[in-house]
Amino acid sequence: MLSEFTWEFIVGHINYWLFIVLMMTGLYVVVARGNLVKKIVGLNIFQVSVFMLYISIGKITGGTAPIFPADNQGKIKLDPEIIYSNPLPHVLILTAIVVGIATTSLGLALIVRIHEEYGTIEEQAILKIEQDICRAEEQAHGEAMGGRV
Amino acid sequence: MATGTEAAQEVVHHAATFADHLPVLQVLVPFVAAPLVVIIGARALAWPLAFAASFIATVIAAVLMLGVIDGEVISYAIGGWLPPLGIEYRIDAANAFVLLLISAISTVVLLYAKVSVADEIPEKNHTLFYAAYLLCLTGLLGVAATGDAFNVFVFLEISSLATYVLIAQGSYRDRRALTAAYDYLIMGTIGATFFVIGIGFLYMATGTLNMADMADRIAEQGSNRTVRAAFAFIVVGMGLKAAVYPLHLWLPNAYTHAPSAVTAFLAGTATKVAIYVLLRFMFSVFHPGFAFTYNTLEFIIVPLAILAMYAASIIAIFQNDFKRMLAYSSVAQIGYILLGIGLLTETGLTGAIVHLFNHGITKAVLFMGVGALALRVGGSWYDRIEGLGKTMPWTSAAIVIGGLSLIGVPGTAGFISKWVLVQAALEKGWWPVALLIVASSLLAVIYVWRVVEALYLKAPTGRAAEATDPPMMMLIPLWIAALACLWFGFETHVTIGAAQMAAQELLAGSTGMMAGAGDPAAVVGH
Repeated sequence: MLSEFTWEFIVGHINYWLFIVLMMTGLYVVVARGNLVKKIVGLNIFQVSVFMLYISIGKITGGTAPIFPADNQGKIKLDPEIIYSNPLPHVLILTAIVVGIATTSLGLALIVRIHEEYGTIEEQAILKIEQDICRAEEQAHGEAMGGRV
Repeated sequence: MATGTEAAQEVVHHAATFADHLPVLQVLVPFVAAPLVVIIGARALAWPLAFAASFIATVIAAVLMLGVIDGEVISYAIGGWLPPLGIEYRIDAANAFVLLLISAISTVVLLYAKVSVADEIPEKNHTLFYAAYLLCLTGLLGVAATGDAFNVFVFLEISSLATYVLIAQGSYRDRRALTAAYDYLIMGTIGATFFVIGIGFLYMATGTLNMADMADRIAEQGSNRTVRAAFAFIVVGMGLKAAVYPLHLWLPNAYTHAPSAVTAFLAGTATKVAIYVLLRFMFSVFHPGFAFTYNTLEFIIVPLAILAMYAASIIAIFQNDFKRMLAYSSVAQIGYILLGIGLLTETGLTGAIVHLFNHGITKAVLFMGVGALALRVGGSWYDRIEGLGKTMPWTSAAIVIGGLSLIGVPGTAGFISKWVLVQAALEKGWWPVALLIVASSLLAVIYVWRVVEALYLKAPTGRAAEATDPPMMMLIPLWIAALACLWFGFETHVTIGAAQMAAQELLAGSTGMMAGAGDPAAVVGH
């Protein structure tokens, strides 16, 4: 298992290592930070790591941009010697970026509304407020049910 | 390369009839209706448009279902670009069944939503609410209809984003809907991103995004580390969306605080679609013959499913709020569905797919009932709904039917699916599992009894004493769903027949997916 980790293996997979580091950074920020905006930032880092994974797998060594050369009449002149990168992952990630932006903006909009209602965007403070609401509710409705709280 | 471009220009445009376009119309109708609702902008037209779109989608789903119930596969090439290069919509028994479930529940819930939404959401938001609802429906239908792995992700996010908005609409009654929506947004996005990482690995390993093509190429190359990593990411990502037991944390708050109509819609559809995607990937893309698929199902999914059946049911018993109790019971019921999948036999899968359908309509009845109670008494706490059996007899009776179906009493839909699941466990010789299924139904008896006790055995006080049955617009959809619960408890030809066909196709694995593809006559485009 460990014998696979030769120098060549590590350097050859540099894009994957960077992807893993970024992904873990993003996930850690989402889990560890109590500020709702910072959580969204973490989520963005996490998503960007995936964009980088996709973009890097489309790259072919020595490959150029996938645009066919054309002569001045606009006719495509194909040259089998030219190696092109795979454009599909890039196109996919354009879609994923749009999805990411939509998620971010919706998340931020929710944070604005949360701030209006709770007066804070710190997770601990919000949890405290919600626990108080829950306790009061359980007290009121539990007692009416015969004291089962 | 040269031949590739020329061939693309020479694609024969098949002269197709209107009926051939049904797979794409299924998704397009609500998708086009959503912006239309906003552009027209007239509040009075928002609901009729949304209802019409959802109703048309249901009719299309029913026609598609009739077309594939005998085991045929409809392949539709979007824009005439033939699969595997173009995006393919592929309808077989498994997803026709899911399409029908989603669109039917959506239509019934929309009928109910008119009054419920008017009560719970301020008037200025109504047009946007129905637009978001239609987008959510579009996303769910798209996930079920498509045969392209990346397309699944896109539709999944369309439905998820709309869902977050819909849940947050509960904030006009309880501000906790906002944090519930935010939590769901964080967890849902992590789940979807895990899913897209999995698809990335699959693309690396196979070089294709078409699920049928993927299945063939994975079968050719066999198990390797990339494929196993993809499988792990997809299962965890979809597990989050489907609320598989330890990943269910977003669900109780989201269901409790969302508006009643939204909860009724989501409980019947959103998690079900995620389970369908899990099924599709576990069986059609990764063949269950692979050791990693087999082991994941047997050693991870089955124990978690049984844990969900018990832990979530026990939590449900101790809730004092009817709606929250139902949310936890949903987590438990997802356990039954996963257990059926984990058995890996035809009977087990049939049971899982039938339970997916039956639980969908059962939960729709119950959540619509909760909404009707909340309309009259302003909440669903057990002390508030006391005695409503006397003052709201029709609503309460429908809730009891739903409750019986949740327990699995003979004569209701819930009985059929639990019966098939027990049968499947016994067939496999796992009699302790069969006993566990029966024993966990007893827990359902307890939590349903608490509701019946509050409704029928207490005297109505305060607002409950003056409550009356809700308007017909709410009562009719409630009873359509309640009667469906009873109907599918007797008439099992449609549900079990379709589920059996779906199970056979899924277990056949990649060959099942390839049937019809590569045969130009079966591919229609425009």
